[in-house]
Amino acid sequence: MLSRTADHLFWMARYTERAENTARMLDVNIQTQLLPQSAEAAEQGWRAVLGISELQPAFDEKYGLVSRKDVIDFMVRDPDNGSSIIACLTQARENARAVRGTLTTEVWETQNTTWLEMNVLLKDKVLQRDPSEFFEWVKHRSHLSRGVTIGTMLKDESFYFIRLGTFLERADNTARLLDVKFHGEDHELLGATDRDFYHWAAVLRSVSAFETYRKAYRDVITPERVAELLILRGDMPRSLIACMNEVVNNLAEVRNDISAETERFAGRLHADLKFNSMDDILKHGLHDYLTEFLEHVYELGNRVSRDFLLPLAA
Amino acid sequence: MANFFNEMYADGGAKVRPHYRAFEDWLAEQPSDMLARKRAEADLIFRRVGITFAVYGSDAGTERLIPFDIIPRIIPSSEWQQLQAGLKQRVQALNLFIHDIYHDQNIVKAGVLPADQVFRNAQYRPEMQGISVASDIYAHIAGVDIVRAGAGEFYVLEDNLRVPSGVSYMLEDRKMMMRLFPDLFARHKVAPVAHYPDLLLDMLRSVAPQGVDNPTVVVMTPGMYNSAYFEHAFLAQQMGVELVEGQDLFVNDNHVYMRTTRGPKRVDVIYRRVDDDFLDPLVFRSDSSLGVAGLLSVYRAGRVTLANAIGTGVADDKSIYPYVPDMIRFYLTEEPILNNVPTYQCRRKDDLQYTLDHLSELVVKEVHGAGGYGMLVGPASTKAEIENFRERLIAKPEGYISQPTLALSACPTYVESGIAPRHIDLRPFVLSGKTVTMVPGGLTRVALKEGSLVVNSSQGGGTKDTWVLEN
Repeated sequence: MLSRTADHLFWMARYTERAENTARMLDVNIQTQLLPQSAEAAEQGWRAVLGISELQPAFDEKYGLVSRKDVIDFMVRDPDNGSSIIACLTQARENARAVRGTLTTEVWETQNTTWLEMNVLLKDKVLQRDPSEFFEWVKHRSHLSRGVTIGTMLKDESFYFIRLGTFLERADNTARLLDVKFHGEDHELLGATDRDFYHWAAVLRSVSAFETYRKAYRDVITPERVAELLILRGDMPRSLIACMNEVVNNLAEVRNDISAETERFAGRLHADLKFNSMDDILKHGLHDYLTEFLEHVYELGNRVSRDFLLPLAA
Repeated sequence: MANFFNEMYADGGAKVRPHYRAFEDWLAEQPSDMLARKRAEADLIFRRVGITFAVYGSDAGTERLIPFDIIPRIIPSSEWQQLQAGLKQRVQALNLFIHDIYHDQNIVKAGVLPADQVFRNAQYRPEMQGISVASDIYAHIAGVDIVRAGAGEFYVLEDNLRVPSGVSYMLEDRKMMMRLFPDLFARHKVAPVAHYPDLLLDMLRSVAPQGVDNPTVVVMTPGMYNSAYFEHAFLAQQMGVELVEGQDLFVNDNHVYMRTTRGPKRVDVIYRRVDDDFLDPLVFRSDSSLGVAGLLSVYRAGRVTLANAIGTGVADDKSIYPYVPDMIRFYLTEEPILNNVPTYQCRRKDDLQYTLDHLSELVVKEVHGAGGYGMLVGPASTKAEIENFRERLIAKPEGYISQPTLALSACPTYVESGIAPRHIDLRPFVLSGKTVTMVPGGLTRVALKEGSLVVNSSQGGGTKDTWVLEN
């Protein structure tokens, strides 16, 4: 298929996934804010949200003081913020529009309807009334977009590039979510206190893994296990290893004459997760480990672009 | 404009025409709120499906729906037969003409057409002189605009031979009508149009460069911000071929390739929806980022087919239009089946004087204009507008032609005040490859403003489903 087409499909999927994860993160933070806590702690929570996406400087420049309303505005409907939900869903739709002929009618209509409804919802002041309702809607649209892709698209290159985008983005987003949570603590993995329970529960909820945790461990919530679930558990669909597993498989499907190095790079990243243990990761330092992982995912994205999406002229 | 031809009623509304009788019966049975309901449903579907177009000069990125009217324009079989024969004849002659002027120029030598009108025309492409194209076909896809005047007689208004658009609306309008009113189709024998993309692909494959067995066909678009992008994407998808932009193509070793995820792939036939000027920055506009550097040299070597060919604009120019009936006589030795609208060429002294004396009665058009821009409709203009136009005309008479204001036929249309007649035209599409083919009908455009004669979508026109009834 055309390289440019693959590029649009890849980014359509990435932006859709990014919008979903931003919605998840904001929603959980709103829930967490309902707990009794000091003003500083509340502000810290919102700063963490900005930190995840490396957006603190951009926010400071525009708004100054951190408040719930401004952070939500910035992260949801500020078109100047390229990572805001409005920007992501608009980009997802623009990318889809550029290749609408490659998508099934239902996939295109889903992307287009999401964009049309978003514009109506945001005009409707849903954010002031009930932001959670809006985040719920973003998640549902993302579920729908993924479902209609799997349910209607031919399993060909188009499909594989969409899936590649989805899981590369998700690997990035899950790692960021974990990193900020751990990094936010003064020391990594201090003994759990009662208050910590709610924080870790929030992390789990943000990736829809609270019940999964209970089912998998049948035990109290500890930071080590939360990290293990989100990094090393292959059966947890948003974990780093599950994402890398999909990345490796989809890369193999689109293999071309120049992509061997990229496959090797992805394979090593995957193997490292597969044969690692939580003890080793903690010894290494979780923050360092995740920082390195994020760098590698970024590099992998560049390699995919170079090999498939934006090849230089022959 | 009182005595226009009404497509549905005869005798000033007293009598329904036979081919509309079954439709009128059906309409009478419908509950009163049905039309409003169905129209709202159609709007919703069009928006969700994203059948929109961009409007030049309005807010960047805005997308509008082309208003769709739910009352069909019905053409009886006998009328269509005559139209079809006339259209094929006309396009055949036009293709022979383009081939002739880029080769032996017999028509000029025979004195049928003045040389300066061809060779000093801005649309004449000297780069095409002496170049052979596959099957000698230049205008592979032609969209000929047809109107119907006072007594019901058909006229050709213009021949669009460059990148005519609108066929996607023809197809989507039909799909919409079948979805909204399945029972109507059970009562009428409406000739189908849905096989147009098949005919198009077949034609494109038939004009591949010589020696290419299994040609790769692509559709080339200026990009998603072009007003007709929906159509480009639609046709590529319907034919199952790639939709490419200039940046996706490159020239190597005298062939055209597209960049794919599996490396370069050779391209044989390009259905291009990019104007001549933007095709190759090495030859035409060097500031164009829409084209492909080196494309023209591959084309001239006969290694790739462009549809339509470069340089067809010289044949659909309004200054050449008056000569089309003579072309038909010259090349085919047949009498033209379809009439031209009488045309005054303002480059001629007498014609200019006549035009200036009758501005309030005439339609004056720019020779190179399109899309309803830059024209004067005398009877519908204010004194100030006419005087303003007079100055432009005197300053550059060779840039204009004028025609009597035709009383375009009207078709019942669902508007704010209910069902009322509105003026319409018709754009059938003629495909020329090894053979000349058409689907029955075309795109009917309707001027939604009461009394207006401008049907262009950029000027507030809408569309209707066009039915050719089978006997």
